[in-house]
Amino acid sequence: MATAVQTVERENYLNSNYGIKSWLLTTDHKRIALLYLVSITAMFWIGGFFAMLIRLELLTPAGDMVSSDTYNKLFTMHGIIMVFFFLIPSVPATLGNFLIPLMVGAKDLAFPRVNLLSWYIYMLGAITALTAMVTGGVDTGWTFYTPFSTTYSNTHVMGAAIGIFITGFSSILTGLNFIVTIHRMRAPGMTWRRLPLFCWSNYAAALIMVLGTPVIAITLLLVALERAFNIGIFNPQLGGDPVLFQHLFWFYSHPAVYIMILPGMGVISEVVACFSRKRVFGYEFVALASIAIAVLGFLVWAHHMFVAGISVYAALVFSLLSYLVAIPSAVKVFNWTATMYKGAIRYDTPMLYAFGFIGLFTVGGLTGVFLASLGVDVHVHDTYFVVAHFHYVMVGGMVMAYMAGLHFWWPKITGRMYPEAWAKLSALLVFVGFNTTFFPLFIVGYMGLPRRYHAYPPEFQVLNVLSTAGASILAVGYVLPMIYFLWSLRYGEPAPPNPYNAVGLEWMTPSPPPTHNFDETPIVTWEAYDYEHQPQEEVTVGH
Amino acid sequence: MWKNLPLFPERASALAWQVDGLYFLLIAVSAFFTLLIFAVIFYFAVKYRHSVHPHPVQIDGSLPLELAWTLIPLGICMIFFAWGSLIYFQEARPPRGAMEVYVVGKQWMWKFEHETGQREINQLHVPIGRDVKLVMSSQDVIHDFFVPAFRVKADVLPGRFTELWFHPTKAGTYHLFCSQYCGTDHSAMIGQVIVMEPVAFQAWLNAGENMGTLAANGQQLFQQLGCATCHRSDTQGRGPNLAGLFGKPVMLDDGRTVIADENYVRESILNPGAKIVSGFKPIMPSFQGQVSEESLGALVAYIKSLAQPQPNEPGSNRPPAPERSSVQ
Repeated sequence: MATAVQTVERENYLNSNYGIKSWLLTTDHKRIALLYLVSITAMFWIGGFFAMLIRLELLTPAGDMVSSDTYNKLFTMHGIIMVFFFLIPSVPATLGNFLIPLMVGAKDLAFPRVNLLSWYIYMLGAITALTAMVTGGVDTGWTFYTPFSTTYSNTHVMGAAIGIFITGFSSILTGLNFIVTIHRMRAPGMTWRRLPLFCWSNYAAALIMVLGTPVIAITLLLVALERAFNIGIFNPQLGGDPVLFQHLFWFYSHPAVYIMILPGMGVISEVVACFSRKRVFGYEFVALASIAIAVLGFLVWAHHMFVAGISVYAALVFSLLSYLVAIPSAVKVFNWTATMYKGAIRYDTPMLYAFGFIGLFTVGGLTGVFLASLGVDVHVHDTYFVVAHFHYVMVGGMVMAYMAGLHFWWPKITGRMYPEAWAKLSALLVFVGFNTTFFPLFIVGYMGLPRRYHAYPPEFQVLNVLSTAGASILAVGYVLPMIYFLWSLRYGEPAPPNPYNAVGLEWMTPSPPPTHNFDETPIVTWEAYDYEHQPQEEVTVGH
Repeated sequence: MWKNLPLFPERASALAWQVDGLYFLLIAVSAFFTLLIFAVIFYFAVKYRHSVHPHPVQIDGSLPLELAWTLIPLGICMIFFAWGSLIYFQEARPPRGAMEVYVVGKQWMWKFEHETGQREINQLHVPIGRDVKLVMSSQDVIHDFFVPAFRVKADVLPGRFTELWFHPTKAGTYHLFCSQYCGTDHSAMIGQVIVMEPVAFQAWLNAGENMGTLAANGQQLFQQLGCATCHRSDTQGRGPNLAGLFGKPVMLDDGRTVIADENYVRESILNPGAKIVSGFKPIMPSFQGQVSEESLGALVAYIKSLAQPQPNEPGSNRPPAPERSSVQ
């Protein structure tokens, strides 16, 4: 396209205007994506700092580094920050915000002001939750189980709950924006079957955000009502039912893990296709698998409650449905693998992260099958096995995908290349560090160590030491990109419009894109991932 | 080395091997698929690397392959589903005639009371070869009773009884963990389950001071609280006669029929208006706040004992229980 040949001095969304006001009042989806990127990166480091303290405490069996109350607050705040303030907004609010309008050929999201509002709401929620943490912390676990959270905990439950309540609205607004944008703002010729799989998976996640988030909001409101006014909803002494809370909480919080992982899966589809130079194998099946996950994901919540005294028959149904939701994820893994068949595979950093994602997500997904299995779940429920499984999916899967996406689109977002060798090293460190941290926890869990234990019997120490050692490697793996990404902003080579020679509308506009994305609305006449007919003259840039 | 790095907990219950069996199958199948995917990716990544295979062959997809990798995993999952469910069904159904222990969880300790009256804190003694059923409730928040060596776990809830059972097969001392986060000293809410040879267990029972059987304590409470004035042992009482009630269906005045289990008895004591027995008036006052969790256990044990007319029915694996002589 004509826009692709402009020179470096051209105006883009970063240099079109300057000053703090031009950022805080922007309605440009690309700038809002960067506001989100800075905010969630800050939250990631805060949550990660708590994780390091947790791992250090668990180096020895005795609870000797921090007090029990402090430890309980640490894992609670780690969970709340990572789940609600990092993982849920991570890919959608940053890469999704930045890329969806570009990918569908639109000038912005459908509701640019609502998009900015969502960031302010997110910040308000984050500041509320952080205030609760700074002024004393909260110790209920990120799951807020009743009646502990409503009656027994003496910590800042209200502050944390209100923070999450508020942030939920930013998630709803983002989801709404994505759904409307993908429905209404696709460029001419960008049919549903030509839509990049990144858009499909964010669309599926957006459905869950819009439909599921109100439930967690209501649930936390009920917790606040019981805590503040002693209205008996969950506490049996007040006439409530503690298990009701778990139903409501997981009705959102299980689908929420699909809010987290689905956009990551979308990143992987883009990256695997690009670095195999092939159309994604079974495009329709991968696209529909996202929708299947979003729908089935709403029907499996009680698999978190197999030992909570629910009826045997309910457990049976939820176990069966939990197996069903595993199938579309498996279909995706098989299709990504098949995409590489007879490809022309390059090992650039995003692809290394994608390899890591597929491997770790496979382990995370298969251990999910262990947990769906009633007989085994009873034994490993609430042990480190669950901790390991969850981190394999969320850190091994989701954060790997997020890193793959950040590296893949970093040149597009910033107009700068990052140092490839350092990036490859960080991908390797993250992979090795992650496995060393979390694989031992599967064993610890099957041996029976419950999670959320400040002190533990000595026979669990060897594996815990290994895990802590792995966590320090992992930390280095995350610090490195932080450094070289910042370095690249100033010293990185200027990025060409399409450094990886990928297809997709976002690559047909300069890096960084102009404020209005495209000088003229593109007309799409080719299929998604049309690597076969890609114009070869764009293969000019080397690195 | 391996002493410091065990990979599995001990197997000390009849169920442990079944859970481990399914676990091993899951590991085998998972390892197979993980290695398969790793191997295929590695093979493709090397064979089709850009430098030796620069011209990709475009393939859109394959319906047979999609069907294969949808249906084969689904089929394998159904095997796991069936096996896992069979184990769960066994766990959910305590055998008849199991030895019962009443468990109360509270921040942050475990209290046990045997039918024969022995009380323990953070320690539970049980014999090899008997089915042991725990009737559990919590005084405050949700706890969870977990014995890794038995592969069993169940939440202990406030406001209702939950059950769990096991059949110890190996003498030893095993970890008891609270595995539902319950506040400050969650990780200190631990204890031991001590599995003993039957003879040693009998000796342990005899050595303890006799506080009276649980049912006898329940009977005493039943008198003290004035229950006996209405729940008479004839048909003249203002409340239903409780003899022979436990475990039987009860006809309610709204036409429903419920089984009189532990939770029914609990509810009838604490919230008597919830289920009115057909033919009776809703006149019973609530005993909410007047009976502790332990007392509720004793009352349940007493009402249970009223439903067992023959102390030594043939086929039961209960030992002769002295408590029955104190109860008609």
